[in-house]
Amino acid sequence: MSAPALESTAAATRSAARRIDGALITLLIGAAILWFAPTGMGRYGTYVLSLWLVMSIGVMGLNLTLGYAGQSSLAQAGFMGLGAYTTAILTTKWGVSWYAAFGLSGLLTFFVGILLGFPALRVRTHYLAFVTLAFSTLVWLLLRNEQWLTGGAFGIPNIDRPQFFGIKLFGALEFHRFVVAVTLVLSLVLWWLVRSPWGRAFTALRENPVRAASLGVDTRAYTLLAFAIGSAYGGFSGSLFAPLVEFIDPSPFTLSQSLFLLLMVVAGGSGYFFGPFVGALLGVVLPEWLRFAGSLYLIIFATIVLALLIICPQGVSGLIERCWAALGRRFGRKAGGTP
Amino acid sequence: MKSLWVLAAALGATLSLPAQAQDKIKLVDVIELSGAGAAAGTNWKNGAELAVADINAKGGILGKQVELVHYDTQTNPGNTRAAVQRGVDEGAYAILGPIFSGPIGASMQVSQRAEIVQIVGGEAAGFTRQGNPYIFRTSISQAAAMPKIAKYMKDTLKAGSIAVVWVNNDFGKGGRDTILPELEKAGIKVAVDVSTEQGQADFTADAIKVKNANADAVFVYLNEEESARFLRAAKQQGITKPMIGETTLLGAKVLELAGDAANGARGHVGLSTDAPIPALQEFGKRYREKYGFSSDHNGVKGYMAVFMVKWATEKQKKLDAKGLATTLHGATIKASEEPGILMDTVIEQNGDLDRESFLAEVVNGKQVINTTLPRVKP
Amino acid sequence: MAEFIAYLIAGIATGAIYALAAIGFTLVWQTSQTINFAQGEFVMLPAVLILLAVKLFGLPLWAGGLIGIAVFLLVFGAGFKLVVVDPMIKHGVLPLAIATMALSIIMKEGAKDGFSAEAQSFPSLVPTDMINILGAAISLQHVAIIVVAFAAIGLLQWFVGGTRLGRQMQATAQNPTVARILGIPVERMVLLTFLLNAALAVVASLLISPIYLAKFSNGETIGLFAFIAAIVGGFNQIRGALVGGLLIGVADSLAAAYVSTQYRMAVPLILLVAIILIKPEGLMGRKEERRV
Repeated sequence: MSAPALESTAAATRSAARRIDGALITLLIGAAILWFAPTGMGRYGTYVLSLWLVMSIGVMGLNLTLGYAGQSSLAQAGFMGLGAYTTAILTTKWGVSWYAAFGLSGLLTFFVGILLGFPALRVRTHYLAFVTLAFSTLVWLLLRNEQWLTGGAFGIPNIDRPQFFGIKLFGALEFHRFVVAVTLVLSLVLWWLVRSPWGRAFTALRENPVRAASLGVDTRAYTLLAFAIGSAYGGFSGSLFAPLVEFIDPSPFTLSQSLFLLLMVVAGGSGYFFGPFVGALLGVVLPEWLRFAGSLYLIIFATIVLALLIICPQGVSGLIERCWAALGRRFGRKAGGTP
Repeated sequence: MKSLWVLAAALGATLSLPAQAQDKIKLVDVIELSGAGAAAGTNWKNGAELAVADINAKGGILGKQVELVHYDTQTNPGNTRAAVQRGVDEGAYAILGPIFSGPIGASMQVSQRAEIVQIVGGEAAGFTRQGNPYIFRTSISQAAAMPKIAKYMKDTLKAGSIAVVWVNNDFGKGGRDTILPELEKAGIKVAVDVSTEQGQADFTADAIKVKNANADAVFVYLNEEESARFLRAAKQQGITKPMIGETTLLGAKVLELAGDAANGARGHVGLSTDAPIPALQEFGKRYREKYGFSSDHNGVKGYMAVFMVKWATEKQKKLDAKGLATTLHGATIKASEEPGILMDTVIEQNGDLDRESFLAEVVNGKQVINTTLPRVKP
Repeated sequence: MAEFIAYLIAGIATGAIYALAAIGFTLVWQTSQTINFAQGEFVMLPAVLILLAVKLFGLPLWAGGLIGIAVFLLVFGAGFKLVVVDPMIKHGVLPLAIATMALSIIMKEGAKDGFSAEAQSFPSLVPTDMINILGAAISLQHVAIIVVAFAAIGLLQWFVGGTRLGRQMQATAQNPTVARILGIPVERMVLLTFLLNAALAVVASLLISPIYLAKFSNGETIGLFAFIAAIVGGFNQIRGALVGGLLIGVADSLAAAYVSTQYRMAVPLILLVAIILIKPEGLMGRKEERRV
């Protein structure tokens, strides 16, 4: 009994390794396609693609927290807000370069994540959701009320887009390509992270926390780290969002937006590496595409998501995997001739 | 993963838009149809729709029919920008809306870069001060309205102290920040300064706070529904001091929702379908017939926005989107020349408007106009 | 002092509203261990459906009321359980919670497009007169809400603990497998809970809408505060909803009075964080053994 079991584990590991390499190739090809995709799409299409990628980064972070570490964070939009405002304030008021502001946004959200996660995880894992619920509303209140710093309800206008070695990225296409590059870099970092021993600890944690703990994985430290890195990705995402829209006010960073990001993670497939891209595609691009349906477009959108979740609670990625497995079984049956 | 790309390509393909044929004049209405601004946006949308129907029934603009599409902003800056960009890419002749200043702030660079006129419903003072030549209002701004209210409080009410209740969004904060210096200039003390939330349901605590401040009058600067809820709570707490407000305190919707709690409320009204101007009343009647409810000031604004485009296009006698801005700047649109504008309107160089406004009071559940105030710069 | 009492009573009145809405969270949690993010919309919708029935068919209010309530119970009591909860419950808490988020968008947008984007007044079932308690004014509507909230929670407690049907429901909630072995009709019990949840939402809607007006977006605020109330009170106890609701209502009212109106929303949230750090299962909640 044990030998085949071992063998199948090894096979699973091998196929997992293949799958991850597949992930790397898909990332690179995807980036190349997206680099050229906007030609002939107009500024609108380009903008929506950029928005999709920017949201994907935030959703990727949340996927790390939720899909890999099994923690619900209801403050991802709050972290995006922290990042967006940090970048906007530093670049417009103090003339800091965007790159420095980007790094600082990530650092700030990382440490806020640590501060927030530490006491919450000490109590009981389940309650991080509730602490982040409170936090996201508090951040929104700060952004709205502290007008001297954040512009309050009026927001911050005229946020400049960055330069790249002297090349101005003001145009829609130029900035889109910049977003593609940043997204690629951040995805690669995450890809590496998930494959590293750290990442395997994350996965072990998700599969079976008790077993992981008994194997000597410091569950709490890894969970905390996953949450903090996930939050930093929220900050990075916000840091790109501000120059993309060139204007920010508190409304995209509310609690309901945080819930919407959570919806994207789950609908895309939580715990799947490409889940966030699919989820953000559903959350950002699908409503834009449904605009032809007029005033009913949000109802249609929500019905699609609801139906998707009812049919396949693992989201689109789970659905695809299921179809793939079904196909594989059929082919396997035909080839091997055994049931 | 492959499927991801198929999905992406399919959705991506639909994002590229076909070029528009030139046989129609395309107006793109980018407006709050969901989220916090949905009620205001729906009024505006209906108003604009009514205007386009009227124009098309009479042969269109320069003989061309007008096509109007609405794109929802979700009251979110990022989505608004996408929607305006979409309108620009589709070859919009002009952009109408949005109303909230966040969405306006996020989208006005887009229309400016495309050199397309954007006619918005916002009242906050800020966005016409940024030197953008393509942005136009459809109502007088708070910077113009608040001095009139302060003057009314000082001269007519002879109030020495005022309780200020405002909604903490761009509209309410803008109004509050504009009236406080005016009150100070008029020598009126602010007894209590109460911030409330957009969409707030319960105003009991706020009403008690106002009551305890014991000011000579209460300045209420909330959106329509919240105004109604506050008036009811104030009545329940037995506040008898006069309620002073702007268009959003005296609108038809507030009177309907607040019932007799609205009686005695008074103040300054920019646009009202109850104004003693036959064209406005006629518009209000037709709007009610078509949509089954009364139009608020946003409905009037949406209607006027379309007629601003029509007037300017006919004035320049050609479909020149870029020229539209030049034609509108400094223009005086007379209702006698263009009945659809409803009231004589002067457009200033920065896109602000100047027109007559009214002082009104609610008597027996009806808005009664007492005084018509002249233009600031007659 | 009189001022303080006025704020306190206003807070209790508001808190009772949150409590009434929060009961649904505890009911759904007890049977399916999930969070219904559409709970606020559940309270918003019955009033809208009633007004819609009156408007569409030109019916008198009572008839429209019956139709609206029947449709709501059918769709959001039984239908919600059969179509959304049943297929998803075995896949864990999160997908179901997310599905209720999508459902809340459908309900909100449906109410807006199908009925009105603007608030509508809703007739009150109780007189709107004011009475005086210790010098503070309170409307009979609010008194009715307080009474109904207490009564509903008392009745539910008695039902769950004191009747055969209720104990069967309780057993189903705690361990469906064992309940099934004991011959309890588990499916019917779960259905009963969801119908009860929908019925409570109807009651809350009928009492709250005359004060807050019927509007598609009302569920957002009510849902959020009820959710906070349920966490503070304890998700797994029905009476937790009452304690949490009243506490949050009073905290909100006193915050508006004595802290800052701009930051009033922060006070209930800080209270929430403090309470769950000290007592993670909520004030009234009991510890749950977590199955791995």
